[in-house]
Amino acid sequence: MKFLDEYRDGASARRIIRQIQDTATRRWRIMEVCGGQTHTLIRSGIDELLLEQFDPIHGPGCPVCVTPLEKIDRAIEIAARRDVIVATFGDMMRVPGSKSDLLRARAEGADVRMVYSPLDALEIARRNPDKQVVFFAVGFETTAPANAMAVWMAKRQGIDNFSALVSHVRVPPAVEAILADPECGVEGFIGPGHVCTIMGRQEYEDLAARYRVPFVIAGFEPLDLLQGLLMLVELLEEGRPIVLNQYTRSVRDEGNAQARRIMNEVLSVADFPWRGLGCIPGGGFRLRDEYADFDAERRFPTTSEPAREPAICIAAQVLQGKKKPHECPAFGTQCTPTSPLGAPMVSSEGACAAYYAFRRYQEAGHVA
Amino acid sequence: MCLGIPGEIVSIEDNPLGLRTGTVSFGGTQREVSLAYTPEAEIGDYVVVHVGFAISRIDEEEARKVFAYVRELGGLEELGAT
Repeated sequence: MKFLDEYRDGASARRIIRQIQDTATRRWRIMEVCGGQTHTLIRSGIDELLLEQFDPIHGPGCPVCVTPLEKIDRAIEIAARRDVIVATFGDMMRVPGSKSDLLRARAEGADVRMVYSPLDALEIARRNPDKQVVFFAVGFETTAPANAMAVWMAKRQGIDNFSALVSHVRVPPAVEAILADPECGVEGFIGPGHVCTIMGRQEYEDLAARYRVPFVIAGFEPLDLLQGLLMLVELLEEGRPIVLNQYTRSVRDEGNAQARRIMNEVLSVADFPWRGLGCIPGGGFRLRDEYADFDAERRFPTTSEPAREPAICIAAQVLQGKKKPHECPAFGTQCTPTSPLGAPMVSSEGACAAYYAFRRYQEAGHVA
Repeated sequence: MCLGIPGEIVSIEDNPLGLRTGTVSFGGTQREVSLAYTPEAEIGDYVVVHVGFAISRIDEEEARKVFAYVRELGGLEELGAT
């Protein structure tokens, strides 16, 4: 596939790896923000090949993993209603809530449907005028414009049986929370390529300047991450805390203004409780008052109990980059992709799932 | 979930709200994609698609730069290596 396969070329990868090995004079603590980037690093074994150059700290860039427990419980509660169809991205189906998950709710009779696009959820609403359709609107800034468009269209086309359960998060405040943590050992960041495709680079310029830390915005294929890592190592070795863009084929400096226009019309910045990181000021989005009619949490008031996490799950520490998945006492035993205790083991972008799938049962580099 | 896949626009239509949609081919598999956020994209262009929306038009010249960069790192000792 064009613009995909070329970025997986082994010979090119080896060249960049060699250059990184020649450039790095010490081991750097680097965080890649996006779960998709974590997966590529682990799947392609880059973490093992560059063991002496990087201590990879996996970032919280997995929107499924950081969706608050309360929202999951809310979705399950709403799904149980006879007159409701809940439409959700596939990844959310098996994320554990306090007591259950959406897949189990479906097994028990709830009408829960997997959709690829928020517009598919809108279409379900059009075709089922006698039902309420609730779209579980989850994601970062990459997904916010798409989710916002569904709500925007619902209002303009009068699709009144459609509503959204909004759980949107913003990356810069979470990165700032990590940087502001005195235990933070992150020296450089690989920035989120698709979030920046929408938002541009300005927010990361601000963070780099304030915290004196370099960011290289990178894509998701192996060559993107390797080139990004090389660019970042060069900045670290030179002591230059600036922002560079590796993913120039998709990320423009100013981002995508059309996408932001709809996003800003429908959503506004709000404080938000990230699962695992706690409440982050300005850490998310909520529906604006003009779109309040489409807020599922208003349409379906809750009667549920407060949410509780399973005690043994250390997802919070994994998401903050303080522990690696294999350091969890439940990893691979009580907690596996088929019976997960926490979100990072379920999500296709979760660090725990990556470690499990690609067999990182111990520190990378040790013989099993 | 931040997964964005590159695909080629093979046709473009207008929808009732004046928002463009297109058929995008991903190595043969085709899907309807909203082009609302890539007004500059035309048939034959490649776009990054996320949850059924094109979020950027792939700049082919920029795309090639990664490989120019790799070539500059070059060196014959890589051939047939490890």
